[in-house]
Amino acid sequence: MPAIEGWFTTDDSPALLGNRCTTCGTVFFPKASFYCPNPGCQGEQFEETPLSRVGRIWSYTDAQYQPPPPYVPRSQDYTPFAIAAVELADEQMVVLGQVADGYTVADLKVGQQVEMVVEELFTEGDTEYQVWRWKPIAEASS
Amino acid sequence: MTDVVVAGVGMHPWGKWGRNFVEYGIVAARAALADAGIDYRDVQFVSGADTVRNGYPGYVAGATFAQALGWTGARVASSYAACASGATALEIARAEILAGRCDVALVVGADTTAKGFLAPNAGDRPDDPDWLRFRLLGATNPTYFALYARRRMALHGATERDFAEVRAKNARHGLGNPNARYRKAFSVDDILASPMVADPLRLVEICATSDGGAAVVLVSDAYAKRIGISNPVRVRAVSTVTPAFPQTIIEMPHFATDSGVTSDGVTPFKDSIAKAAYEEAGLGPEDLSLAEVYDLSSALELDWYEHIGLCKAGEAERLLHDGDTTIGGRIPVNPSGGLACFGEAVPAQALAQVCEVAWQLRGQAGDRQVEGARVGLTANQGLFGHGSSVILSL
Repeated sequence: MPAIEGWFTTDDSPALLGNRCTTCGTVFFPKASFYCPNPGCQGEQFEETPLSRVGRIWSYTDAQYQPPPPYVPRSQDYTPFAIAAVELADEQMVVLGQVADGYTVADLKVGQQVEMVVEELFTEGDTEYQVWRWKPIAEASS
Repeated sequence: MTDVVVAGVGMHPWGKWGRNFVEYGIVAARAALADAGIDYRDVQFVSGADTVRNGYPGYVAGATFAQALGWTGARVASSYAACASGATALEIARAEILAGRCDVALVVGADTTAKGFLAPNAGDRPDDPDWLRFRLLGATNPTYFALYARRRMALHGATERDFAEVRAKNARHGLGNPNARYRKAFSVDDILASPMVADPLRLVEICATSDGGAAVVLVSDAYAKRIGISNPVRVRAVSTVTPAFPQTIIEMPHFATDSGVTSDGVTPFKDSIAKAAYEEAGLGPEDLSLAEVYDLSSALELDWYEHIGLCKAGEAERLLHDGDTTIGGRIPVNPSGGLACFGEAVPAQALAQVCEVAWQLRGQAGDRQVEGARVGLTANQGLFGHGSSVILSL
């Protein structure tokens, strides 16, 4: 199950879920609530909207040491993971996410194309909690 | 507008002392009062910068310090703005003086910190972005510092060696600073041999968490004349700006930026912080003798050169390599040694920057003295949207 409700879909073509102010059209992620955060807008109504599934890496790093709680480690032996900030062209928005399993910073470049995937964040008892991740995609060389 | 005068400054040395934060605060307060030559009973307003890691006394820091120094019936305020708390507390005290409501105000910030990464307070808070970023991303503070560093490398060709040179410069600056926690010389090679924490940033390039305390005594211009302060250090500006919408650079502790579709004409947040201070003071970067900026990481100091207008975007490495930002150079940055040598005592840190600038302007900075210093700027930022920049001048 998703580690957080309502932030992303988990179907075959998963996407982050933002919302769009029906008054000014601005897209927000995570979803805006109550009132539109655009100071020039009086909007109070939003419609859910999936974000672009593909973007380009704005920057990236990794976590060589295990983060403190409420981070939940996946196993006793800590394995470093990478994190990317990804620029979505249509939304003109940068969204953070861990990088998909199996990739390290050595596999990443600023400007590289990635797509959103859903993977295990951690497992507690029999329940697997899932999160969105950014996965590098091969681009045709020009 | 009449300026407010810095009558005295004081600190409790930074370290990992493991004692109660109140002790650091009152040591700093007494030092600042002694520096000012002002009796504590003459303080009419106590402004505390809060700590959120030390229970209730930390949330009401103004009253906590006032009680520890002895109740006098002075008015009080406590404020929290994360790393910018000290500037917010300073601004409240300054506003009280400018409004004519008092002549003498004491501003105090102090913290005791646990070892390791700064982490959210305990308890499940799935609607708190600061809690969620640890849970869903494992994104610590260094994660964000490292994203900026890598971006700088991609955009401006900065190298890990450039970042290490910033750290080595600050180590040299802080060597003789009696209030600094780390007084150790580092060669560039030492730094490059330090373990990687958040690629491309290494352990010694990321600001530690420290215990410490800092205090500032502010007085009205009339009061300064009355007690005979000659050639006073003046507060020319305090900027406590928030970002403007849309915020298109990712900022701690958030998951995403605002959508930049309507971003034309909006000044990026970090650029707006010092800009507001310059505008209030009627001064510009060319007037500065020195700057104390928030080097949460070695790489971030380079970003600040550009945010405070010392050079254009992409030119910070040149400034560093030309020696401009070293003591003896054109515009020394972090002559105190910066966070690299202090580590961060959150509510005290913005006040510590002000203490350093005051000592520099008074020519009392010892072997780290910037010759002929007349104007100094501090710059810092508290998470969730707190800008902080103070300009002091003779």
